[in-house]
Amino acid sequence: MLEIKGLKVDLEEEDKSILKGVDLTVEPGKVHAIMGPNGSGKSTLSYVLSGKDGYTVTDGTATLDGVDLLDMDPEERAAAGLFLAFQYPVEIPGVGNMTFLRTAVNAQRKARGQDELSAGDFLKVVREKAKALKIDADMLKRPVNVGFSGGEKKRNEILQMAMLEPKMCILDETDSGLDVDAMKLVADGVNALRSEGRGFLVITHYQRLLDHIKPDVVHIMSDGRIIKSGGPELALEVEHNGYTDIVAEEA
Amino acid sequence: MALPKVKADATEARLAGLTLPDTVSDARQSALARVSAMGLPHNRDEYWRFTNPRTLVQPEAPLAEVPAVDGAPLWDDVDRVRIVFVDGVFNAERSDDLKAAGLEIAQLSDALSADISWAKDLYGTLEARGQKPVDRPFAALNTAMATEGVAIRATAKAEKPVNLIYERESQSADPLLHTLIKVDSGAEMTVLETGAGGARFSSVIEVDVGEGGAFHHVRDQGRDHERRVLTHCFAQVAAKATFKSFTLSVNGALTRNECVIDIRGDDAIAHVAGACVGDGKDFHHDDTIFVTHDAVNCESRQVFKKVLRNGATGVFQGKILVKAGAQKTDGYQISQSLMLDDDSQFLAKPELEIYADDVACSHGSTSGAIDETALFYLQSRGVPRKQATDLLTLAFLAESLQEIEDDTLAEALRDRLAGWLERHATV
Repeated sequence: MLEIKGLKVDLEEEDKSILKGVDLTVEPGKVHAIMGPNGSGKSTLSYVLSGKDGYTVTDGTATLDGVDLLDMDPEERAAAGLFLAFQYPVEIPGVGNMTFLRTAVNAQRKARGQDELSAGDFLKVVREKAKALKIDADMLKRPVNVGFSGGEKKRNEILQMAMLEPKMCILDETDSGLDVDAMKLVADGVNALRSEGRGFLVITHYQRLLDHIKPDVVHIMSDGRIIKSGGPELALEVEHNGYTDIVAEEA
Repeated sequence: MALPKVKADATEARLAGLTLPDTVSDARQSALARVSAMGLPHNRDEYWRFTNPRTLVQPEAPLAEVPAVDGAPLWDDVDRVRIVFVDGVFNAERSDDLKAAGLEIAQLSDALSADISWAKDLYGTLEARGQKPVDRPFAALNTAMATEGVAIRATAKAEKPVNLIYERESQSADPLLHTLIKVDSGAEMTVLETGAGGARFSSVIEVDVGEGGAFHHVRDQGRDHERRVLTHCFAQVAAKATFKSFTLSVNGALTRNECVIDIRGDDAIAHVAGACVGDGKDFHHDDTIFVTHDAVNCESRQVFKKVLRNGATGVFQGKILVKAGAQKTDGYQISQSLMLDDDSQFLAKPELEIYADDVACSHGSTSGAIDETALFYLQSRGVPRKQATDLLTLAFLAESLQEIEDDTLAEALRDRLAGWLERHATV
């Protein structure tokens, strides 16, 4: 599904190399986790895949179902089925959450040549999905993420994911800033979306989230490369021994 | 002090083409005296530093093409009393009967020649008072010479709004309109204005809001590109009364909207707001506001938002004056511009002048580009860049539109703005 080969990325403004050759394949129906110390390039990978400005790809490829992602605008990548749950969801004053969701859903439908959802149909679906994430009517009415707590923002990300039904979901430190209950709620939301045709890439510092969202494969990233891959037990190893040993071992 | 020769000459040249009408001659004579004493402005005058008044002063109005009418008139589905002016002249045929429950409506000329004493008393009174501390010579010129306009009195809660519709047919029309509004104690009314009015359009509105009364004003200045518009609204607001005014401007070679509000009774509210969108070097929009607090426990808000692109210019001069004794004043002023490129400019002069010691006044002015982080967020959800930019632009304007109390009226303006954004492709 998602196939990354030899991806090398520099920061545009500084002459600094962040990703130094990343290889990664996420198969449909699988959950891959990327762990790694601060500054290892995890978030950069998520931004480059979703098309954020400020990065230059110097080598390598990234494809989704065989289609080149790196050549597309961010909105085209979204329409192709890629979704990034932001580490820091953006506040948009003046744009109602519901308007935002409906605009996004219909923009993607339009890009795929489908009819737009009617207001009534949309409302029905959004209410149902919001309920499962304990997002109340007030949160849907308020401007996007404005005045939301950390937990509310992350739940709102998962709601967007549920509404947009992407093929490939990237979660960038979705656990950051969440208490245990909120994390469980978010993880339940993600797990509800797990399906045969959908791939997940979960980026996290901590093993804790992976207790709730059970990964099939765990990768350790350090200094712009994936230095070790393994099963869920790799996450436990990190939890007990930290990154230092693994990094030293693979260096 | 004698006027500088160049100013005196320019003023004389402008007046030469006009004849003093014979109604309310005292008011007109004294207004004319004010014009001669002040002289019409020059761009070296502090109050006209950001907006060159040359084309407003010159005797002949510069020609302005009349755009083709497209689409249904604004607020077409709102039940309202339509009063139509064509090139600044009242048109009975296209207007509705000047009748609505709770309102007394008359053409200005009828009101001033008949024995309608409130209209005669009000004519030129608020304008004359509004000349201090800043000269507004064009308003005095309007008082002296205007014959067209309406006089509207609300005696109760009006059953429907009054819509002054300014249609254009000639490329050179240069009308002066003067409108008088009186809201009786406890009464309530809404005045809507639509259209550009002329190649060069001068409008003065004097509004007297009585105790506990409410006046709502919503204006759309038309989409004409080449028109020049200068408006003055002078309002006095009595105790427990409400005054709310909102103006939408799209396009226009020159627009200057002056609003002078005098809050004279306790516990009163005055809000004035505006949104404008301009594209190109031939767009210049100026909001000049002066709010005076002369009573206790009153609230005033000024909320102005401008979207500028391709070398457009926006101006904001806003002042809150809190007189000694006007305690518990709550004054708020915000002026913001969203610049969609590097070529546009926003010139702002926010001012507070406060002589009372127990007040809360705040003001802010910002210029900024579109928020790239928010833009990326929207794009990452599949919203195309152009559509995302429009959405964020409308969100930027939203705070000013929220000042309109009636949602139906506001929604129609929002649609109009969305349409404008859609037609003007963003880079």
